Amino acid sequence: MIEKDRPILETRELSKRFSIGTRFSSQGRRTVHAVDNVSLTVQHGETVGLVGESGCGKSTLARCLVRLYDITDGQLLFEGDDITAKSLAELRPFRRRLQMVFQDPSASLNPRRRVGDLVAEPLRIHTKLSSREITKRVAELFDLVGLLPDHVMRYPHEFSGGQRQRVGIARAIALNPDLVVLDEPVSALDVSVQAQIVNLLADLQEKLKLTYIFIAHDLSVVRQVSTRIAVMYLGSIVEEGPAEELFATPAHPYSQALISAVPVVETTPSGQRRRIILTGDVPSPLNPPSGCRFHPRCPIAVDKCRVERPALTEHRSGRRIACHFPTLK
Amino acid sequence: MMLSVRDLRVSFRTHEGLVRAIDGVSFDLKEGEILGVVGESGSGKTVSLLAVMGLITDPNAVIEGSIRYRERELVGLPARELRRLRGSEIAMIFQDPMTALTPVYTIGWQIAEQIRAHKRISKSQALERVEELLAEVNFPNPREAMSRYPHQLSGGMRQRAVIAMALSCNPALLVADEPTTALDVTVQAGILDLVRKLRATHNSAVVFITHDMGVVSELADRVMVMYAGRVVERGSRTELFSDPQHPYTRALLGSIPPLTGEKPHRLPAIPGSPPSLLRLPEGCAFGPRCPVNYEPCRAGKPVLGDGNHAAACFRVQA
Repeated sequence: MIEKDRPILETRELSKRFSIGTRFSSQGRRTVHAVDNVSLTVQHGETVGLVGESGCGKSTLARCLVRLYDITDGQLLFEGDDITAKSLAELRPFRRRLQMVFQDPSASLNPRRRVGDLVAEPLRIHTKLSSREITKRVAELFDLVGLLPDHVMRYPHEFSGGQRQRVGIARAIALNPDLVVLDEPVSALDVSVQAQIVNLLADLQEKLKLTYIFIAHDLSVVRQVSTRIAVMYLGSIVEEGPAEELFATPAHPYSQALISAVPVVETTPSGQRRRIILTGDVPSPLNPPSGCRFHPRCPIAVDKCRVERPALTEHRSGRRIACHFPTLK
Repeated sequence: MMLSVRDLRVSFRTHEGLVRAIDGVSFDLKEGEILGVVGESGSGKTVSLLAVMGLITDPNAVIEGSIRYRERELVGLPARELRRLRGSEIAMIFQDPMTALTPVYTIGWQIAEQIRAHKRISKSQALERVEELLAEVNFPNPREAMSRYPHQLSGGMRQRAVIAMALSCNPALLVADEPTTALDVTVQAGILDLVRKLRATHNSAVVFITHDMGVVSELADRVMVMYAGRVVERGSRTELFSDPQHPYTRALLGSIPPLTGEKPHRLPAIPGSPPSLLRLPEGCAFGPRCPVNYEPCRAGKPVLGDGNHAAACFRVQA
């Protein structure tokens, strides 16, 4: 099959800029570079994890990928079709194949409608199924995500957080999508429930041959679900590689700091890991630093980093790093 | 013992009946010790510490039991007396620093006000102290930060400003309720370092509430695991993490995906979700989700035994 060789989703130097203020406000009109020149390829059946601190642009990128935001620059290709500038009507056939699950299920589910109705809505909009067929499909979906058949008549507030997220997932997979973008799908859930949802997502991926783009700030969850991970800093990808390899040998100083900062359960008190504590905060994307955007916080920055911005280059197969002095092992 | 809580019970009268949020919690805290309190939402970790602080002002709340701070009973203490303790000897930091800061005054003004509420010193002396405090919590430019309003600071800086405020009177006891949950891991690492430094320099005791097992294992001397309003396991950090006893603790530790090494194909998940306090199951509250099938668990509630490392579980005690 030729289709399988082609990436399902591809961005080419994609940028998203927001302009804030008016020309009358104190600093005039200013531009936020939320996503800056991101080139990312997603293959069929894989899970790409996006990680980074808050404000690094990972959610903005996710919303660009499903065209919830208009793209300022660059290209977005879905199975080779350029959908960067398609109109809403032209996008409709793509929408059903490209779905999204949001962080807070209580915010993304209408509290005044029964959950069965909420899951049926995409079917009513995108398919010509009869109402009996829709009811049957909804029951199927509820079974698939681990909800009981009589749950369809309930309202979102009658569910626990984990069950609500299951409803959100049922709605996202209702139209048999190919790609699902998951924006912090487990962050709002209790620790004991997170693992259930992570397992559910893995089962669905296997059963329905889904491709995922998974965003979370919990690095151990991202590592668990992802085949490949892209680390973002201030709107750009600074490192990308296979999940386990990247976690074992992070090459970019930012990835190293990020991974070392994760608190882990130590059963033996002697095994203290080396921790890199970054000084300062993430700079504002309103006026990003010169050169390498990480240089003000980087422990190994030299003069070159302050002037010249490192490009994201491939160091070995599947491993891209944007740093002048990467740690290569 | 600096803080000694015995058989604390907190209930709330609601439309749907009496909800027992805390059901017989007991613990001790020594001077200079860091106690980690772990639990999910609704486990009662926050409410039990709010009760210790005397911050449950809801007229529908019923607080029973005993809370002794340095040989002084806090339950039933008049509000004025409590207020004198809070802020000077006992300080608290919350998850969202904006709830502890007013948006309309500068950081410097707010911390100075706190100092002057508890100590008789001049305004300029107070402001000098603020500058010292902000330097202590690693503000790169404390003098400049004093003239900033909360909205001009990042989340991590706001939390550090609140910590500076909490430290302003050299508290003997600091209660921190999920202070790093809203922060990025990189910022969290800095805050945890700060708490460790605080204990080292001021010998303050700290109660650190969190849902993150990793944070507890890095910070706490002793750990208390809570579930549905009760303490299910208690022990030193080493005891609890190298030899967890209670099925809930074990399951919770098991469901965390590893950061290194082989990835499990599936995560060992805990079925179901935490119970509603309005409809607690018969017997052990963890019973319906527990992998151990044991007859006595359905009849009575297991009680946490004595000893440094104890678990409230019939199976473990059998």
